[in-house]
Order: sequence, then C-alpha cells, then structure tokens
Amino acid sequence: MIKKVVLSSLSVAVASTLMMGTAHAGATLDSIKEKGFIQCGVSQGLPGFSNADEKGNWTGLDVDFCRTTAAAIFGDADAVKYTPLSAKERFTALQSGEIDMLSRNTTWTQSRDTSMGINFAGVTYYDGQGFMVRKDLGVTSALELDGASLCTNQGTTTELNMADYFSQHGMTFEPVVFEKSDEVVAAYDAGRCDVYSTDASGLAAQRTKLAEPEAHIVLPEIISKEPLGPAVAHGDDQFFDIVKWSIFVTVEAEEMGLNSSNIKAAAANKDAAPAVKRFVGAEGSLGENLGLEADWAVNVISQVGNYGEIWERNVAPLELPRGLNNLWSKGGIMYAPPLR
Amino acid sequence: MTDQTKSSTPAKPPFWRDPDKRALVFQGVFLLLVVVVLFTLIRNTMLNLEARGISSGFGFLETSTGFKIAETLIPYDESSSFFTAFLVGLLNTIKVSVIGVFLATILGFIMGVARLSKNWLVARLSAVYVDTLRNIPLLLQLFFWYFAVLRPLKNPKQADNFFDIIFLSNRGLYGPKPIFEDGSGLILFALIAAIVGIIVLRIWAKKRMENTGERFPVFYTSLGLIIGLPLLALIGTGFPVSWDIPELKGFNFRGGMVMTPEFSALVFALSIYTSSFIAEIVRAGIMSVDKGQTEAAYSLGLKPSWTTRLVIIPQAMRVIIPPLTSQYLNLTKNSSLAAAIAYPDLVSIFAGTALNQTGQAVEIMGMTLAVYLFLSLTISSLMNWYNASKALVER
Ligand SMILES: N[C@@H](CCC(=O)N[C@@H](CS)C(=O)NCC(=O)O)C(=O)O
Repeated sequence: MIKKVVLSSLSVAVASTLMMGTAHAGATLDSIKEKGFIQCGVSQGLPGFSNADEKGNWTGLDVDFCRTTAAAIFGDADAVKYTPLSAKERFTALQSGEIDMLSRNTTWTQSRDTSMGINFAGVTYYDGQGFMVRKDLGVTSALELDGASLCTNQGTTTELNMADYFSQHGMTFEPVVFEKSDEVVAAYDAGRCDVYSTDASGLAAQRTKLAEPEAHIVLPEIISKEPLGPAVAHGDDQFFDIVKWSIFVTVEAEEMGLNSSNIKAAAANKDAAPAVKRFVGAEGSLGENLGLEADWAVNVISQVGNYGEIWERNVAPLELPRGLNNLWSKGGIMYAPPLR
Repeated sequence: MTDQTKSSTPAKPPFWRDPDKRALVFQGVFLLLVVVVLFTLIRNTMLNLEARGISSGFGFLETSTGFKIAETLIPYDESSSFFTAFLVGLLNTIKVSVIGVFLATILGFIMGVARLSKNWLVARLSAVYVDTLRNIPLLLQLFFWYFAVLRPLKNPKQADNFFDIIFLSNRGLYGPKPIFEDGSGLILFALIAAIVGIIVLRIWAKKRMENTGERFPVFYTSLGLIIGLPLLALIGTGFPVSWDIPELKGFNFRGGMVMTPEFSALVFALSIYTSSFIAEIVRAGIMSVDKGQTEAAYSLGLKPSWTTRLVIIPQAMRVIIPPLTSQYLNLTKNSSLAAAIAYPDLVSIFAGTALNQTGQAVEIMGMTLAVYLFLSLTISSLMNWYNASKALVER
C-alpha cells in the first residue's frame, strides 16, 4: 500500500525532475493516439458508477464518460483501459501520468482545480454528502448525531465536510477513516460506526453491499455540494477540450432528442434541422475544431448514448431521483453551452 | 637516529603526486559534483511542478487541515496545522511501534524457548505457531484481527461492564483515566528516584558479584522499588489523584481512557507476526551456544534455570541482537499498514489524508521517508550500542 503511494509520488518527482523544460503541448493526446487507448482512472467498485463484473467488464456512469472520450477520439468506445484507484491514490496517479484521465466520483473543488495541476472537464453528476444509519438507532436527523462514530474514506471531501458540519453545529464525533471502501462498508456493517457518510450517490451504491440493505436509512440532510466529474492533468488543452465536449454532447443530444437509436438516421437525413446537421458533422467544423473526425459526436451518441440514456442504464437501478441532474429545461441544472 | 630519519625522508613531492592530497582533491571535486547535481534536480523539480500548476514548498505546513483525527497524543482539532497533524501521526506511529516491539520481544522469546522445550507438546505447539504466522501475509492477519476483534463485540449500549469502571464494546476498551492534581509532582519524583535507584543497585550488585561471587536478588528489589516508592509518595501526599470514569452518553462512551479496536488490532497483528520471526532468531541463538557450556555450568553445580539465565542467554544474545534489530525495523515500517484498518499513523494521516488534501506529493513523501529513515537509524544505533555492551569482552 505504502509502496504504491511511494512509487506514484516518486514518479511525480521523477517526472517533474527529468522533464527538462515543459512537455510539448498535446503530449497526452499524442500518447493516447500512439497507445491506441485511453488509460482511465476509476473507483475500485461502486455499483452504478464504476464497477467491474467477474469478466472484468467495467460499467457505470463514470466508466461511460471514459467511453465517450474514447468514442470521440477513436470512434471506438471500447478503446479504454481502466485503473481502479482508491480516493487517496487518484490525484497522484493523474499528476504522474499513470492515467490519462480520472473519472472517479471526484468532487470539483477550488483547491483541487488550482493547486494540484489538474483541470476538471465538467460535471457529470451533481451530488451532495449524506449520512446513513441503522434504522434501529431511531435517528431521524443528522442534528441528532452528537458524539457518534462516523466511518468514511480517506482523502475525500467527506472527511473535511464532516468536520465542518459537526463543529458548525457544536457537535463532536469520532472519525474512523479507512483507505478502501470495502473496509468502510465492512466496519460499518460490523457496528464499528453509527454512521456511514459519503456522497449520497455513494451511499445508495454501497448500500447494496451491506448484509441487510433494508435495515439502514439515509438521513434527509445533505450537508455539502459535490459536483462530480472527470479531470485531466494540466498541459494538454486539446485533450482537455475533447473530454469536456464529449460530456456536453451527451447533454445536448438529450435536449435535442437525439439518442443511440436515432442518431444514425439523423446523420443520414439530408433535410435535418441546421442544429442537427452541425451536431452530426454534416455542416460546420465542430469536429475539426477539436482535431477530431466530423462524425465524432455521432460516435459518442451511437456507442454510449445521450445523458438520459447513460443515467437510465446506470443510476436509475439504484433508485436515485434524477433531481438536479435533469436537463435545465426539465427542472434540473444539466446545461450544455451551444454547439456552434 | 633522528638524523637518519630526517635524511631518509624524501623531498616533499608536488601535491599532485601526493596520494593523500590527491585523494582530497578528488573527493572535493566529487562532493561539488554531487551538490551541483542535487541542486539541478531540486531546481528542475520546482520549475516543472510550477509549470504544471502543482503547488510546491512547505508553506502548507502552517495552514489548517480541516479534518479531524480520532486518536491523538497531543492536542489537535480540525483548525490545527498540517504540521501538528504530522506530529500527531508521528507520535501514533511511535506509540504502536514501541508497544509492538515490547510485546513481540516477550512473545518471541517465550515461543523461541518453548520450541526447544523437552516437552513434545510445547515444542510442537510453538513450531505450529511460528510456521503458520510466518507464512501468512501481514495484511491478511491485520484484517483478521481487526474483524475478529470487532465482530463479537457488542454495541456501546450493551457493552460488557466490568465493575462499572471498565467497558468493552465495538468502540473499544474504555477504562478510568487518572487525573493528577496538585501535589502529585512528588509521585513522578518518586518514580524517577526509583528508576535511578534501580540503575545504581544493578551496578552495585554486579560489582559485588564480581568481587565476592555472591548474588543479589536484583529483580525483586527493583520490582519493590518501582512499585513501593511511588506508592509511598501517593500515601504520603494523601492520594492527590482522581479518576475520570467513562460514561455512556448517547452513541458512545465519553471520558476515561480508550484502547480502540484499530489500535488493538494493529498492535496484535504486528507483535504476533513479528514474534514468529523473533522466536526463530531466539532458537538459533540458543542453539549456537556450545553444549559444553551447559555441561560446564552443571559440573560447577549451577541449577538448570541459572544455567539458562546466566550462561546460555547472555552468550546467545550476541547472536540474537543483530537479526533482532532488523525485526524491530520491520515492525516499525510495517506499522504503515495502519491506514488499511483506520489507525491514524503517520502514513495514514500525513502521506494519506494530508497528501490527498494538498496534492503536494513530493514534499510530503520526502518528509515521511525522512521520518522512517530517522526512526530506523535511531533503532539501529540503540541496538548497536546495546550489542556493543553485550559483546564478548576478552579478559
Ligand atoms: N466525492 C468525494 C468522495 C469520493 C469517494 O472516494 N467516495 C468513496 C465512497 S462512495 C468511493 O468512491 N468509494 C469507492 C471506491 O473506493 O472504490 C471526493 O471527491 O472526495
């Protein structure tokens, strides 16, 4: 464990030492094209977000946003290799170039964005931190948690928000902080903690791993803003743009009514609306602007789907409400800048 | 005579022909090169980190952490600085290591001696202990102990209650904590006096034995001193000590002293795992002492227990100490597995949480590696010093 951290830290150091001058712009994209796939950092198993089955096939919302990028660059959403990372390992992995992009329920915060040499490419899930407790504790509000023991993951915003929330409300708590999620779940299940705290989406996903999922409830309080999204390392603006716009096109497609089953027909339609023609690359230069093929967005939508489809496939089974993640036109805040 | 020496001394050669001076020059040049290379490396790292927008420098050590730590030996809260968090982690690492080394040594010696026992069952049991524990990865043992400790324990509300002062639950073992009030300084003084007394006593007893051959019961006298003197002081000052007894309030016990499941599991796992290696070292040490030594001791009329204590163990120690040192080093370094079971050691807090919150991998890993290097060198030099004091003195 320590060896892994030491190694990636060393590689940050070595990379920083040896790279005389700055790497030429476009280094990440060049190496991706040379390798023929994207190395994408994901979680170590969070159903609905990034989870591997027995055969090693990864699925989930975070995984799908690695796939959108691969579809945009290669026209092949499968051109991705995954690196499972704990919360603690993820930023060093990105800084050291071990992964090309990080798509691992990672909260976009000011200090991560500015001081770690990384850029967030957008928000794929608007979340907030919640608390889960055993029903038989009889607790109905987070304000009743004074003196409780809280289990959570190391190196997360959760650790910070918890401290803020409890001190703000004049309450105390005992943090029990594990490196890996499996131990958090096991320890909470064994009664080491009264409370399991993490992003509300994470709670819903991890709950499926508990011995008796129905014996637990999620408290109504959401104590933070957790905009989750993919991040890339500084130094390759073109790649940054590609990741960013591979997210936006899924939102835009949903708004325009384009999805994986009708996009091909729309692309072939000579009389489509001008916006659709620009989207599919029949007109304009959206693909060229990004250094991609004209049909990049068609590949993204036909192979991965629009945002609504990605949601239905991955998140809906967890019975999470769409809420803030609905389109802006339907009461949510998912909004893509114009494609023109 | 002097004249002769003088005349045979050749004229001073030019400095480039003098091997000593030449070596000095070469070493100077080499040192300069090392410094230049180091300087370039560091400068380069800084420049590149900056170019990539990763913050660098040690300024972060003064900012407040914003996270809480469960077990701390010094005052700490979320508004404390990263440097304080560093110290908290360091002290927690030292705490498990010291206790772990202590327990591993005792267990290891018992198991090592037991393996050589004439009693077949005892010897077999010890062999099974050693062979099993040495061959199971430490991380697995750590999880085993953690969840083995945790699972059978009850919730705080149904905690096992011992005399209303000690409570055992899945939050840990809570017990009363002594609070020293005014006038208790004398107790500390008595304790120090007892320790000094014991050291003086040992030196005196050794001298006496060398001179007269008579033995003095140092162990029991020491035990008496270390318990008796502070006790006397306690009675003399009229018990200026009160107890903070843990109490169930809401979800958890409050007050008192606690031994958490994380700490206990880590100490268990580290000391049991390491003890299996120490047992083998002890066995090897004892077997290295020539059989003739025992026979000679018996023929002088020494009891078997004295033979072991006075003849065999002291000679075995010379073989035992060097490999024992590396086991101590291993234990200290292995304590960095703590993060896996939520014990807040240096690696977990500083190289884990703090690194992740600040993103300053280079500085933080540098400091952490320096600490482990420092701890290792300290243990090595203590053990070397002890080894030197035990080494064979030719008379
Ligand atoms: N969004 C938070 C928390 C992210 C996080 O690590 N969540 C945990 C608990 S839901 C997780 O992803 N665990 C899955 C894993 O480690 O594989 C952050 O960015 O700091």
